[in-house]
Amino acid sequence: MKMAKSALAVFTTAAVLGVSSFAQAGATLDAVQKKGFVQCGISDGLPGFSYADDKGNYMGLDVDVCRAVAAALFGDATKVKYSPLTAKERFTALQSGEVDVLSRNTTWTSSRDAGLGLNFAGVNYYDGQGFLVNKKLGVTTAKDLDGATVCIQAGTTTELNLSDYFRANNLKFTPITYDTSDESAKSLESGRCDVLTSDQSQLYAQRIKLGAPDEYVVLPEVISKEPLGPVVRQGDDEWFNIVRWSLFAMVNAEELGITSSNVEEKSKSTGNPDVARLLGSEGQYGNDLKLPPDWAVQIVKQVGNYGESFDRNVGAGSELKIERGLNALWNNGGLQYAPPVR
Amino acid sequence: MQNAANVPRRRGSVLTDPKLRALIFQLVAIAAVVGLGWFLFDNTQTNLEQRGINSGFAFLNNTAGFGIAQHLIDYTQTDSYGRVFFVGLLNTLLVSVIGIILATMIGFLLGVARLSPNWLVRQLATVYIETFRNIPPLLQILFWYFAVMLSLPGPRQSLGVLDSFYLNSRGLYMPSPGLSETFGLFFAALLLAIIASVLLGRWAKKRREATGQPFPLLISVIALLLVVPGLAVLIAGNPLVWTIPELKGFNFRGGWVLIPELMALTLALSIYTAAFIAEIVRAGIQSVNHGQTEAAHSLGLPAGKTLRLVIIPQALRVIIPPLTSQYLNLAKNSSLAAGIGYPDMVSLFAGTVLNQTGQAIEVIAITMSVYLAISISISMFMNWYNGRIALIER
Amino acid sequence: MQTHTFKPDMPPPNQSIGAVAWLRGNLFSGWFNSLLTLFALYLVWLIVPPLISWAFINADWVGTTRADCTSEGACWVFIQQRFGQFMYGFYPSELRWRVDLTVILAIVGAVPLFIDAMPRKARYGIGFLVVYPLLAYWLLHGGFLGLETVETSQWGGLTLTLVIAAVGIAGALPLGIMLALGRRSEMPAIRVLCVTFIEFWRGVPLITVLFMSSVMLPLFLPEGMNFDKLVRALIGVILFQSAYVAEVVRGGLQAIPKGQYEAASAMGLGYWRMMGLVILPQALKLVIPGIVNTFIALFKDTSLVIIIGLFDLLNSIKQATTDPAWLGMATEGYVFAALVFWIFCFGMSRYSMHLERKLDTGHKR
Repeated sequence: MKMAKSALAVFTTAAVLGVSSFAQAGATLDAVQKKGFVQCGISDGLPGFSYADDKGNYMGLDVDVCRAVAAALFGDATKVKYSPLTAKERFTALQSGEVDVLSRNTTWTSSRDAGLGLNFAGVNYYDGQGFLVNKKLGVTTAKDLDGATVCIQAGTTTELNLSDYFRANNLKFTPITYDTSDESAKSLESGRCDVLTSDQSQLYAQRIKLGAPDEYVVLPEVISKEPLGPVVRQGDDEWFNIVRWSLFAMVNAEELGITSSNVEEKSKSTGNPDVARLLGSEGQYGNDLKLPPDWAVQIVKQVGNYGESFDRNVGAGSELKIERGLNALWNNGGLQYAPPVR
Repeated sequence: MQNAANVPRRRGSVLTDPKLRALIFQLVAIAAVVGLGWFLFDNTQTNLEQRGINSGFAFLNNTAGFGIAQHLIDYTQTDSYGRVFFVGLLNTLLVSVIGIILATMIGFLLGVARLSPNWLVRQLATVYIETFRNIPPLLQILFWYFAVMLSLPGPRQSLGVLDSFYLNSRGLYMPSPGLSETFGLFFAALLLAIIASVLLGRWAKKRREATGQPFPLLISVIALLLVVPGLAVLIAGNPLVWTIPELKGFNFRGGWVLIPELMALTLALSIYTAAFIAEIVRAGIQSVNHGQTEAAHSLGLPAGKTLRLVIIPQALRVIIPPLTSQYLNLAKNSSLAAGIGYPDMVSLFAGTVLNQTGQAIEVIAITMSVYLAISISISMFMNWYNGRIALIER
Repeated sequence: MQTHTFKPDMPPPNQSIGAVAWLRGNLFSGWFNSLLTLFALYLVWLIVPPLISWAFINADWVGTTRADCTSEGACWVFIQQRFGQFMYGFYPSELRWRVDLTVILAIVGAVPLFIDAMPRKARYGIGFLVVYPLLAYWLLHGGFLGLETVETSQWGGLTLTLVIAAVGIAGALPLGIMLALGRRSEMPAIRVLCVTFIEFWRGVPLITVLFMSSVMLPLFLPEGMNFDKLVRALIGVILFQSAYVAEVVRGGLQAIPKGQYEAASAMGLGYWRMMGLVILPQALKLVIPGIVNTFIALFKDTSLVIIIGLFDLLNSIKQATTDPAWLGMATEGYVFAALVFWIFCFGMSRYSMHLERKLDTGHKR
């Protein structure tokens, strides 16, 4: 019987452990404010988007969205708890309320928007699916890939696009499906598959993880539209707005030339009315969103504007060195465009 | 001392009547279970409605739209999720069946080796068993896949044998048989040989019962089965056409291929399970009283026949029940395929399909019921078999 | 009178003692056996020398980066550099003493339980098993009495493996015992419920259970009720394992002679007292080796939490092998993981055998 009693004690402990992390998921905003942090679902390791250093600090473009939300809400970008999720787990984790926001390079599609009970709050990266191959194969275009063995990550839109593309071009292929991107990269390296297919941003990220990145090349074809963005549950508009406008604030800040270094200064002067409205020195736009008046200041100060975040994580300032391309601002030939604050 | 007068009164009390108490207790238990079930069901219902998640099984008819590396039945990306389910199920069954056969063979061999009079063989068997049964199967699968299979050379540097078998990081390629025109004759000859063997077997049994003379049945049957169809081949030519794999483009084309995911999974699972089976076999053989061996010897049975006719039938009675649970474990462990991308039930259906449709509850429920059905059928079969060979006390 | 003196005994012939005789008896007793020996020797020669040269002779032991691994053999530098992560996961390095202390307390606290002469062992045991989990929770998780909180998402490595295994078995034991009693109960409804429960959990793979607990459990619960990911995994592990414990305990209950039940009833003991004072103490003693074996299985099964993204020992190692700075270290990583698991499992299985011999109360013929 002594075993039984000890186990009872452990049970109680487990219950305490559970209770300590109880959270209200009803109205997400209330719940988040009550618990004092944002529970954010991120990728299980994708350089540039979300990854942990060896001390367990998370960083990346997707992580910055979570940090921006926390900065807007609490004025403190560190009030985020991260749940690394596999592609398989992500939607159920969001639906079930395990995470408040899912920022995990997730493609916006109609079936996800409607059928899964989710809402996409915006697009933080415009992507398209591409192919990564070993130079030794001598392949220059995706049309040469007839009969190839292709590595993909399970449960992604890429799995479907790939089939469509090969079917449309009357090509044959053998898919090898892995749970994580690390596994597919390892598999490509060993020659198990000829091609690795994924969103182009991921291909660049995975290439630097390979032993000899220079031996691999990303093919020119982009076979799909992959707008990636943060996702929230349906039916919770307040929360949806906060996530959406945290992202917009970063884009607007870049457009208005506000950076993390000059934001303090700009928030004091009232020269440009657009800047003043965004930074809360004119009007009460934060209030409508149920946010403090200096919400955008905090975002830009602690996380940076969209351009800074892009450069630091995936752009010129990072190892990935991805061009802005589609992700440049609209007035620079790109697609990043945010509605005005007014 | 209890007052004797109390006894009848106490017996009449509602709380102390054991039958009534049992009834109440059971009712409470059932009510609690039903209540819990209803609570969970109701919550799920509310949650699904509130979050606008689809439910129901209609999705099984939708087009899947993705490719699968290994399918035993015809499959294209335009087929439905329902068909994907069967592809996954068959792949799981394939791994389980190959794994069970391999594990049984290795396990029996090792079990006998553990009891060998040869010291070295005994020690080697012990080392094998103690090593492999103490390492998690998932780790073994990952090792075989990532450290062994994927470090094989690429398709252009394959290890080839006889110009028809090739081993590379894409798998083991081998020639596949097809039927030629002369197959009919060959088949007829084979049928003839089988019928003749059965008749021979009956005759031999009758003769043995009548005269006590043994007949070298095994050798005769093997000879019969080899000679008659062999003659047919000699007369009419090869009944099978072999398609030999050839390197074309990226890959070998033609022939059969065992993909590395399948090889790693079956190898790891059978090596792991064999360690347990070996111990079961050893215990089974040891459980047969030594007197049985001595009795058999004193009846003049040679060592081989002693083992075959006396020891093994008795040992099997001890071996079968734990063996069954090892088979069940192997079937369930085949779900670890998810770790290396083999398209089994869990990684294909509870993985890809779940993700594309987002209907976690339906998909997991189907997956779990399939495994339950597999376990129940294996244990039913084994129970039947066990009942057949059980000691019939006369 | 002539006395008869015995001649001293002749030494046994050369052929039946010493190394030669041993070799003859054990390795070369017939042509088949000799063939087997040669084959086995060939196998050993095939496996052992390359293994030793890879793991020891040609291996690199010192250094800090991958560049220090220059020889053909294993690169143990990798293990050395990442050792902290493999043991503690992302547990903050300045707080790792708390994990160490938890483990040391467990060892120190448990030692008296293994000393046979220890007085009042049972009482001490119960006390230890009540106090220790609370202490361990306080040390590992913190958040009160002056210790900083360490989120369960930061737990990892061998620490997490041990936590899952320990909580799993401690939770599964009482539940399993209740289920075993229920399965042997005379009340048909209880029996049916318990049999269904046990057969259900024994029939499904742990992966699907973990997956269910990880992503689906919140859908089953009312809004607002949300458990920590680790707690959910633990619930899954406990339910799954309790079914196996129940079957082991049932074996013990069946082995108790009917006379014990009848004697207990005759003493006027009710059901719970009969079970608690007479039957279970005997039955549990019988099945301790079986429970240890179940625990070994559970310990190996903890590696499956990789599927739901918890960073146990195996997942930490897998993660480290994808680090661009340490590519190609998969074999070293897996060998190290295998070694750690092996040491624990082998140790426990030896202990279980020892117990079996010790607790064998002489029913042998």
